[in-house]
Amino acid sequence: MEMLLSGNEAFARGVFEHGGEFASAYPGTPSTEILETIARHFKADIYAEWSINEKVALEVAVGASWGGARAIAAMKHVGVNVAADPLMTLSYTGVGAGLILVSADDPSLHSSQNEQDNRFYGKFASIPVLEPADSQESLDMVKDAFEISEKFDTPVLFRMTTRISHSKGLVKIGERRTVEHAGFERNIAKYVMVPSNAMVRHKLVIERLEALKKFAETTTLNMVEWGDKKVGIISGSVAYQYAKEIMPGASFLKLGLGFPLPMNKIMDFASKVDRIIVVEELEPFYEEQILAAGIPCEGKKYFSNFLELNVERVREGFIEAGVLAADTAQKKQTHESVLPRPPVLCPGCPHRGVMMAIRKLGVFVTGDIGCYTLAALPPLETIDTCLCMGASVNHAFGIEKAKKTKKKTVAIIGDSTFLHSGITGLANVVYNRGTQLTIIVDNRITAMTGGQDHPGTSKTLMGDATHAIDLVQLVKALGVEHVRTIDPFDQKETFAVLKEEIEREAPSVVITTKPCVLFPSKLKPTTKFHVVLEKCTACGACFRIGCPAITTSSEKNEKGRAKSQIDFELCTGCTLCAQVCPEEAIQEIKKA
Amino acid sequence: MKDGTTNVLIVGVGGQGVLLASEILCEVAKTMGLDTKKSEVHGMSQRGGVVTSHVRFGKKVHSPLIEEGAADVILAFEVAEGLRWVHYLRSGGTIIVNEQKIIPPITTTGKFSYPEKVEDTIKARVPKTTVIDAYEIGKKLGNTRLVNTILLGVLSNDLDLEESKWLQVIERMAPKGTGEINKKAFIEGRAAK
Repeated sequence: MEMLLSGNEAFARGVFEHGGEFASAYPGTPSTEILETIARHFKADIYAEWSINEKVALEVAVGASWGGARAIAAMKHVGVNVAADPLMTLSYTGVGAGLILVSADDPSLHSSQNEQDNRFYGKFASIPVLEPADSQESLDMVKDAFEISEKFDTPVLFRMTTRISHSKGLVKIGERRTVEHAGFERNIAKYVMVPSNAMVRHKLVIERLEALKKFAETTTLNMVEWGDKKVGIISGSVAYQYAKEIMPGASFLKLGLGFPLPMNKIMDFASKVDRIIVVEELEPFYEEQILAAGIPCEGKKYFSNFLELNVERVREGFIEAGVLAADTAQKKQTHESVLPRPPVLCPGCPHRGVMMAIRKLGVFVTGDIGCYTLAALPPLETIDTCLCMGASVNHAFGIEKAKKTKKKTVAIIGDSTFLHSGITGLANVVYNRGTQLTIIVDNRITAMTGGQDHPGTSKTLMGDATHAIDLVQLVKALGVEHVRTIDPFDQKETFAVLKEEIEREAPSVVITTKPCVLFPSKLKPTTKFHVVLEKCTACGACFRIGCPAITTSSEKNEKGRAKSQIDFELCTGCTLCAQVCPEEAIQEIKKA
Repeated sequence: MKDGTTNVLIVGVGGQGVLLASEILCEVAKTMGLDTKKSEVHGMSQRGGVVTSHVRFGKKVHSPLIEEGAADVILAFEVAEGLRWVHYLRSGGTIIVNEQKIIPPITTTGKFSYPEKVEDTIKARVPKTTVIDAYEIGKKLGNTRLVNTILLGVLSNDLDLEESKWLQVIERMAPKGTGEINKKAFIEGRAAK
């Protein structure tokens, strides 16, 4: 039977078919749907959880693997940075049952803060990297990954990208087959990484890599497709599909095992073609290794490491390389310049009220990873930094201790991000005698990635009721004495509380209390507002709150400036625009 | 439809149902026994951003993305989005534009304005332009949520896929209890062009 599946769905299906029993992740685009699919369709056979962060996700999966269950941990590329601590030494200990670490990279930064190429983690940790090139391979390679993991006693890095994770294709599906493994067994030399043991294990890692190199030469994951011998193309992942689309008649060496490379196979391939061109997305990962092995090849010269590849970029590269006639290119059509549609905070978003109040307080704001970072864009423009998960708390602290900045600095962090890696920073603020205000915009969900539960929502990924962490109690336990909660839709109160806490010469935390408007379910408005045009003076105050429901109307004031209007369908009745309107022109729609 | 692969680019704004429409199209192609791929980027789309879905089907499809200048048909759920992506159309290709305009909040900053006479600009570039008011048709059918299916009906005229397969897939994928009305919407759209 064939199904139309995304790479993420196909991978999840693969974990089911190939005997996976444990799956963990912290949500992150483009990886999120892997765990959602497992929890939705396979929870009878596979335990699935949202872990509190990626380090925990990998470590619990390691425990499951040592405990005898085939396990996977999934995360976005930057999540692997968080999990890098266990990963690097996990390479030494090896696994119990098969263990896969999924890294979903995001070339072109569709929803990320960078476009790092995580294949380097494979080389860094001396572990094999598998690179599926479509949905079918995303399913099939789960089998290879588990088998390689168990045969070579190594975690396997399963490297996907946005185009693999989120593209759909036809996938042949099969039945579930399980593999028997014993539970945890004491093996101090293998599992206790004190220097004397780790030293021995490192030697084994070096030997393992040699064995993997031999395996790379013979595995069917790396396939030669002979065609015209004028050019030999070495490629993997989605870049292979683009190259194949444009040069279907060329000779290909398609790499499914992206690390370690099959150097003898590559040398043999190179000896039979006139020249080698490497087509890979992001960094020259294959290219540099092939060159280092003394095999001449070209790659990044024609296909830049900036942003994701696509058919037109690969075609241009081949034309530049002189292996494709220039007249094969599609005639370039002019691009029309159309106004941008930057993502915005939703109508009724509880973050908006905080940003509006903050803007009036004249402070710097260190931001974090979440929807609230959208407030960095016009018209709100209230976020001054965004680096990585949990960093906001620490940046504010550092700026304060540097003592060069006159304005106060406030940290803003979401509930899921605070639990992920903000707690330690706040403990550090208290311990090291910082005085900053940290605002936790608690909307009771992981919103940016599409509404996932976390340890504060009282529900697990598998749908079970569970304890919800009480943020007020947690923060107090860290030693923050001044903890207050606010309703961000009450501008007067929000402004007053924030002002007081910013001025306080002691660490303080303000926590918002209103849920996300979209998740877990779309909030139903109980009232709606409209603009009374006779009263509106087109002052623009409501425009500056950045609500998608408020747009320009065709009515103008005497200076020709457009008055505002509120989209009835989009309005959630949050009242924020009415609170900023100096003319009381925004009024509740009276029910007939 | 070079090499027997058909390229359909569906564009719109987050929340309009672009992704569901492309899903249905892929399922129809699959039901016809064709290889099919589609690609889109999730994530920010929910928040009023631009949404595109590349759909490709034929004997064997490699790239999940359509090459610029190679789309056989563009289906635009929103007028300005049709204009934004018109360079993806191959010469001789067709663009179908739904008359709906979604004005982004960025226009209130005064720095950007929604383009004027968009349909005319598109028509001047593309001889085969179909402008359709799917919202109006939906209203006549008594449900403006049918815009999706109506537009797929219009699109179906430009694709070599059997009507019976379309109806079969729409019936299967429509929300519970809305199979009949969605099939009717599809037929209305198919007749509207």
